[in-house]
Amino acid sequence: MAQYLVSVLFDSDALATDEEMAAIDVFNDRLQADGHWVFAAGLASPDSATVIDGRGGEPVFTDGPFLESKEHVAGLWIIEADDLDVALRLAAQGSKACNRRVEVRPLLSA
Amino acid sequence: MTDVGEAITRVHRAEWARLVATLARRFSDLDVAEEMAAEAFATAVERWPVDGVPPNPGGWLTTTAHRKAVDRLRREVKREEKHQEALMLADVPEPLGAIDDDRLRLVFTCCHPALAMEVRVALTLRMVGGLTVAEIARAFLVQEAAMSRRITRAKTKIKDARIPYRVPSREDLPGRVGGVLAVLYLIFNEGYLSSDPDKEAVRGELTAEAIRLTRLVRELMPADGEVAGLLALMLLTEARRTARVSASGELVVLGEQDRGSWDRALIAEGHALVRARLRSGQPPGRYQILAAINAVHTDARDVRDTDWSQVVALYDQLVRLDPSPIVRLNRAIAVAELDGPQVALAQVDGLPLEGYHAFHATRADLLRRLGRGEQARAAYDRAIELAGNTAETAYLRRRRDQLPGR
Repeated sequence: MAQYLVSVLFDSDALATDEEMAAIDVFNDRLQADGHWVFAAGLASPDSATVIDGRGGEPVFTDGPFLESKEHVAGLWIIEADDLDVALRLAAQGSKACNRRVEVRPLLSA
Repeated sequence: MTDVGEAITRVHRAEWARLVATLARRFSDLDVAEEMAAEAFATAVERWPVDGVPPNPGGWLTTTAHRKAVDRLRREVKREEKHQEALMLADVPEPLGAIDDDRLRLVFTCCHPALAMEVRVALTLRMVGGLTVAEIARAFLVQEAAMSRRITRAKTKIKDARIPYRVPSREDLPGRVGGVLAVLYLIFNEGYLSSDPDKEAVRGELTAEAIRLTRLVRELMPADGEVAGLLALMLLTEARRTARVSASGELVVLGEQDRGSWDRALIAEGHALVRARLRSGQPPGRYQILAAINAVHTDARDVRDTDWSQVVALYDQLVRLDPSPIVRLNRAIAVAELDGPQVALAQVDGLPLEGYHAFHATRADLLRRLGRGEQARAAYDRAIELAGNTAETAYLRRRRDQLPGR
């Protein structure tokens, strides 16, 4: 069993609509029932991000996201799946539920 | 080449894909499979001239590669305990290549939709076709180092993202087949008109392998029209293979081929497939249209009997599906027979195919027929410069040198 990060990609700060939230809930319930669920969360707007560099003596704080790009990560799932085929199928359902594009990326196994 | 050298070439042709596929299944690692297959062949090159060719070369290679893979995993286990599991798996003896569609499984893994199309093609040619990285790089007009990186990255992704090593489930199958067909057609074309000046002009082992794999896919998906179309296209093209290169190693163009030497059995099989698709009444995809075009050509016992209006009509249908410049170039070649070289040349000129040898070869031929010798010569020069295939280069040289004047 492997774990995958499913990042939700979006190009605006708009929150999910009620309809989208309802679809996400249904999808989450199914993830849990089928044993694929690890974690899920929505993220606040990238404007609320702070970048911290603690590698030097004093940590340096920078206001705003690390990367300015058209799209940002608006939310995420961590799912468990046997292989990429299963992960892609789940991600496609998740993308449909939240009505946004998603990116699937494997977590390094321990 | 020595007898042993020939034997190794022959065995490589016959056994490479099976060897990689078997190792990939056993070790769940394409990288290990490819490297150990390559090492086994390197050992064969060393040992066989001394020890003689073993009675069962495929078995010898599998055993040798397997032993090398286990050794390698053992070394890695000493560094990392987590490979223990892989080693235990590897020690379980399994019948060699017992599953018929190991190679098909390999094809589907190499053609996985999570990989970019160019990556799928490169990976399949390397893993299944057994082409060297240099040959693949040449086929795609990229630097060898870049192609090598592309293949390495693909293998890493397959491993890290756990792209499964299996034939897709029934629900995923239809969507996955299109990518596989594109790859198989490319392999076929590389065999049909090798792009490597150091290789034979026509490599029957590649066309045969592409046909064999396409037959396998067809067995799996008998109802898919495009699978049938691609198989028909390959068969009708393969039927003309021996007529395509002269005894002196020169390309013989369609209109000048000895049609008596075409393989009638392959043509009959291809025609039957095309007819079955026509009867289905379903709208044809690109492979079915290309197969139908080839059915028209192979229907004519003499080039003068060719139904060119039918060929152009089929190309019109193809252009609607795929308006790419290469399709339009091929349509123009048929138009030249129907409406004359002047009309065709007007359609060819301006196509954005400056780096494609067939574009210049087509222009050269049209200009020659129009009596514009100097322009034809320049186009032949450019085509010769770009063509990698030995037979094609020989043909183009003769045509150029036969131009009047100078």
